[in-house]
Amino acid sequence: MKKLFSTFLAMMTVFALAIPAQAQDAAQSLDARVNEAFASFTGPFVSFIFAPIPGTSFPWIVMWLVIGATVFTVYFAAVQFRFFGHAIGLVKGDYSDPDDAGEVSHFQALATALSGTVGLGNIAGVAVAVGIGGPGATFWMILAGLLGMASKFTECTLGVKYRNEYPDGTVSGGPMYYISKGFDELGLPGGKILAVLFSVFCILGALGGGNMFQANQAHAQITQITGDFPGWITGLVFATVVFAVIVGGIKSIAKVTEKVVPFMGIMYVGAALIVLIVNFDMIGWAFGQIFAGAFTGLGVAGGFVGALIQGFKRAAFSNEAGVGSAAIAHSAVKTKEPITEGFVSLLEPLIDTVVICTMTALVIIISQQLIIDQASGNYMLNEAGTAIATVDGNTGVALTSAAFGSAISWFPFVLAIAVILFAFSTMISWSYYGLKAWTYLFGEGKTTELIFKVIFCVFIVIGAAASLGPVIDFSDAAIFAMAVVNIFCLYFLMKVVRVELNSYSARLKAGEIKKFNH
Amino acid sequence: MKLVIGLDGHGSGDHALTFAKELAAKTTDCELIVVYVIEWSPFSFQTAEENAERHKRREEEINIAMERVVNPAVASLTEAGLKARAIVRHGDVADTIDAIAHKEGASQIIVARNSSGGLTSRLFGSSTANLVMNARVPVTVVA
Repeated sequence: MKKLFSTFLAMMTVFALAIPAQAQDAAQSLDARVNEAFASFTGPFVSFIFAPIPGTSFPWIVMWLVIGATVFTVYFAAVQFRFFGHAIGLVKGDYSDPDDAGEVSHFQALATALSGTVGLGNIAGVAVAVGIGGPGATFWMILAGLLGMASKFTECTLGVKYRNEYPDGTVSGGPMYYISKGFDELGLPGGKILAVLFSVFCILGALGGGNMFQANQAHAQITQITGDFPGWITGLVFATVVFAVIVGGIKSIAKVTEKVVPFMGIMYVGAALIVLIVNFDMIGWAFGQIFAGAFTGLGVAGGFVGALIQGFKRAAFSNEAGVGSAAIAHSAVKTKEPITEGFVSLLEPLIDTVVICTMTALVIIISQQLIIDQASGNYMLNEAGTAIATVDGNTGVALTSAAFGSAISWFPFVLAIAVILFAFSTMISWSYYGLKAWTYLFGEGKTTELIFKVIFCVFIVIGAAASLGPVIDFSDAAIFAMAVVNIFCLYFLMKVVRVELNSYSARLKAGEIKKFNH
Repeated sequence: MKLVIGLDGHGSGDHALTFAKELAAKTTDCELIVVYVIEWSPFSFQTAEENAERHKRREEEINIAMERVVNPAVASLTEAGLKARAIVRHGDVADTIDAIAHKEGASQIIVARNSSGGLTSRLFGSSTANLVMNARVPVTVVA
């Protein structure tokens, strides 16, 4: 393994040395070439996923996600609110058998899944949503987060129920397993094909949202502080570190990250709270903007529909409800009742979207980075008319950074570190999700796994070099393509979850499911 | 009478074992329960890969503790003609030893003086100190 690692490093060094020799211009044009090639290659796939519903400007995929989340909310009679308290009890370990100590706890499964979702979606994604859709996008984002809790509940229950437990004690779970096994159990045809299709999209999602978008925005954040330099350099550094962890087996890096990331998350929310407390007199105004924008658009491109599309899109991208990725992470938990992990998982969209994303949005709105036309009270658009004009022309993570920076001058530095760590932990998580899909398709084995891991690292470099537009389009498209297959299958499998839910809630009411005295 | 002996895998555990042996020899019908706790928290953070392999690792950790620490201790007690059995658990050392002693209805917990010092134990207190302060069963700390 060491030899392999040193070969990879040598290759990367040669690659790195060959290009900087040709000076900055040539390097910049390499970024441009990567960008161009990437955009033209992924174009058709992106256009298909984001095709509008005929006669409207509303992408069908957004409708698909919202309808899915609404159906699950209604079908399970607002499970996200009814079992919210129980979910907290489960995470606290009230219902954990002391004899199972040492196995994966509900808290650990939730924390692992959260480290895959909390990240750039919450920092950069929200800035994209508010930057294009205006403050009103926040309203739709929160609504999508609340509804998405039911989607997450459904998929994570199935993830545990149909996981594979191998003789050596390891587990593999996720949509590919519940689709194929669940369809077989219900006597439905096509389970295998759909599982394969999901796996293909999951690999693309891992390379897109779980990788390129992260690398891209991490680079954007770094250049914000250091000044401009070619993206592939950041990509190369990231690729090397990720390679060291996932191929070189240098677990210590991943372990350190896993411990630091939660603190970064807490610090981020803490900083957001400070900004909000300092500007507490503006919170009412900010919520006013959110509500007004939600139904009128306040002059954003596409009006209130534009706000709605952005809100729903970024919520789905951030909390991944209905996408199926979380089902892979949650399936390792130790429980005799798959439904308990479903309850726990519904906290994920709440923490990710309803709490953290809303914090980011409020900070951006309150910092007044978005320019308002004083005469009309509406937001002013940029020259291209595609997004709201900002004070320094910032978009994405740079907008969030500027918003925090306007209140806490040194915070962009902390944010830069947070972004890098979030990006890194999300990459590690998604490399695992992608790998599970890859091994589902090609079988488990050292060589097949290595091929995926190398491809994954190459895409980090591409992601950092390409510009935000094509990267975010492809990332969204790939992740939403997973949701197309996953939600379609969940409609057939949700009755399995309902049987589990009815049985469990009856036993809970009858007092058969008891808390353990710890 | 039941005695719980908490071991931590260090040499000082032998003192606790010897003390328990002598105490048990003085009474009739004494059962010795040798406990080893693998430090673990349900609230730690792990990667997805670690979670997937957790069950396997847990079994391995228990087997290692059995082989290296607990089984030799039980063997030495049974050789001395005493009734002994072993429990290996994951969790917080002090809480778990106390919980086992309480559940088993033990009349005493015997542990060795904590051998490792350092900053952590200064800040958070050693497992032995925590046990002495919080146990619901009398604790004997063997020097």
